[in-house]
Amino acid sequence: MDHIYLDHAATTRPDTASVEAMLPYLNGEYQNPSAIYQPAVKIRAKISSIRADIAGFLNTSPSSIFFTSGGTESDNWAVRGAAHIMRSKGRHIISTSIEHPAVLNTLKSLESEGYEVTYLPVDKNGIVSVSDIEAAIKDDTILISVMHANNEIGTIEPVEQIGRIANGRGILFHVDAVQTFGHIPIDVEKLNVDFLSASSHKIYGPKGCGILYIKNPSSFVKILYGGSQENGMRPGTENVPAIMGFGEAVNIARTRINDDLAHDMKLRKLFMDKLTEEVPGVKFNGSKESVLPGILSVTFEGVTAETLLIILDSNGICASAGSACAAGAIEPSHVLMSCGMDKESASRTVRFSTGRENTEEDIIFTVKVIGDYFRGRSKS
Amino acid sequence: MGSKVVVGMSGGVDSSVCAMLLKQQGYDVIGATMQIWDPEEGGAGREGSCCGVSAVEDARLVAQKLDIPYYVMNFRDVFREKVVNRFADEYLEGITPNPCIACNRFVKWEALLNRCLEIGADYIATGHYARIIKLPNGRYTIRHSLSDSKDQTYVLYSLTQDQLARTLMPVGQYEKDEIRKMAEEFGLSVAHKKDSQDICFIEDGDYASFIKSMKGTAGTPGNFVDRDGFVLGTHEGTARFTVGQRKGLGIALGHRSYVCDINTTSGDVTLGTDGDLYKTVLYANDINMMGVESFDEDRVYTGKIRYSQTSVNCKVKKIDEDTIKVEFEKPVRAATPGQAVVIYEDDWIAGGGTIIKRQ
Repeated sequence: MDHIYLDHAATTRPDTASVEAMLPYLNGEYQNPSAIYQPAVKIRAKISSIRADIAGFLNTSPSSIFFTSGGTESDNWAVRGAAHIMRSKGRHIISTSIEHPAVLNTLKSLESEGYEVTYLPVDKNGIVSVSDIEAAIKDDTILISVMHANNEIGTIEPVEQIGRIANGRGILFHVDAVQTFGHIPIDVEKLNVDFLSASSHKIYGPKGCGILYIKNPSSFVKILYGGSQENGMRPGTENVPAIMGFGEAVNIARTRINDDLAHDMKLRKLFMDKLTEEVPGVKFNGSKESVLPGILSVTFEGVTAETLLIILDSNGICASAGSACAAGAIEPSHVLMSCGMDKESASRTVRFSTGRENTEEDIIFTVKVIGDYFRGRSKS
Repeated sequence: MGSKVVVGMSGGVDSSVCAMLLKQQGYDVIGATMQIWDPEEGGAGREGSCCGVSAVEDARLVAQKLDIPYYVMNFRDVFREKVVNRFADEYLEGITPNPCIACNRFVKWEALLNRCLEIGADYIATGHYARIIKLPNGRYTIRHSLSDSKDQTYVLYSLTQDQLARTLMPVGQYEKDEIRKMAEEFGLSVAHKKDSQDICFIEDGDYASFIKSMKGTAGTPGNFVDRDGFVLGTHEGTARFTVGQRKGLGIALGHRSYVCDINTTSGDVTLGTDGDLYKTVLYANDINMMGVESFDEDRVYTGKIRYSQTSVNCKVKKIDEDTIKVEFEKPVRAATPGQAVVIYEDDWIAGGGTIIKRQ
């Protein structure tokens, strides 16, 4: 069966060019980039050129870009490292209640080590208030960590204003940009960030690769110990094939970022119009203005997300809801509940996330499947 | 395409073969594992339980091998409310509930069946050793499995006629050895997995600690007394005891003593001899009629008051709309309030209910 993939916020299908960029490094060009012989030197140079591309994309210098195993490692490194280098100045950290578990659970572990964390609430659209951030700052606040856009509802946070405040108060600022990198333009200078996490597999690159942008690497610390890769900051033999695929994915994203946005915007409008037309009682979550157009969070009436996702799956449509527990069962989303939604409504909420390969026909078919289901129910 | 059936898959051999048999019979099979308990909350998750991560991984592998769609469905809220909380509450009231029966009734059938009908299924199926049949009187009932040693009809007595009409239990047609052999022949990795045992959400059978951690109390502390009310010693809470219990009483009397009665108001736990536990009459309520519409007062049925007990001849009398009196031909041991009494005619279930008292 041909699938309709509407779960791009979970991961994306690697671009053919990205896959092709990896193949030589899975086959012939396997040498360790740290070695002195020329095949290795060639690979190391290629990694450098990708680092430079990514740096250019973010408006920074290559020496601030460090390859990691992905968004989770980048978040852990930034938050834990920042807490460590600032520990003599203070122990207070500000974040939000809708962060990704990679940030939330790192913060929780820091709490058990004596740090104090303020988790700011968000409004019903999922936006954290800049004045709340300002009010939460204490003398011993050392770090603010706020995600660029939320992975479940797509809401874009006012990180530029937060960055300005943090910068003015001498507080480090981390932005988890896993959901936005490659999807909306990012200028780390403009955002006033000290750290920014990004991932490859959310932008049509391979899994297992990401970056951490570090504004001042010379005053930062590593959390993994080992060899001298990544300028001594992140040990371990480079995941060469993934870095190659990631580099290609970044270059593609750079050339088509505006087209991608326009495409998602068009599909979003169609999706919302059609759902409103065909399905009684649908409710759209998140901000209308400040949103990643590819993420659409919808609360349905009288049917759980679990049931609806199975109906969609049996029609070859891939979508998701909330988060999954270790075993794979769907849990009501902490993000939706932070936006003031009750647990029951959260359990009726589905996330659709569109991407490059989706067409208007995909959306029309998906809404038809949902509409048919509701029509069948109202009959019986 | 055949009828659509959702198979509740625990990752064990029985439900795996159940899915395999139905697929071979031409059904459109979907596999589902019910996530009912968070392993972090204790108990479940260990080897042999039905909802730990390893159980889900086994079930998922079997579903891939059978090439059927597979889902993990979340039933934690209903399980916590209708099974675990009830279990703890009733234990604190001096009643000894059977959580497997409550799980079958409220979670596996009410909740799972409803959810499966929602996704367009015609049936649900389980790997129970029991057979669903339709009697000449038009009613559905559950008949003993062909595999006598594995018979699981007792824990299924509460299923309604509507539920039975939408349930398949293909495993009941076979012996356990045959089921294992079929699993092996088909190359299912779970062919030789151990059977699950005991209550899935409690570790090491330590009910008292579990109830204490759930409810903050292990029942009323009080005295051990003998039949005449003479105080024999003290204990830390009534929830530590169940009728018929001998081990772990925490009191040494120099002779074998058994819990004969629990009074949660006074905290008195009455100890007596094994003989004191035998009674011929019990009363039960919350009655579910299965193979017959009502009990025939003159007929000799057989009754079972626990899973592993052999059935004993009995007569059943209706006391009121929802209460029956069961009189056994010979005394039965430790009929315990909260446990089920299941009444059989031949080898099928006539009906059953929850024991409220014995005399």
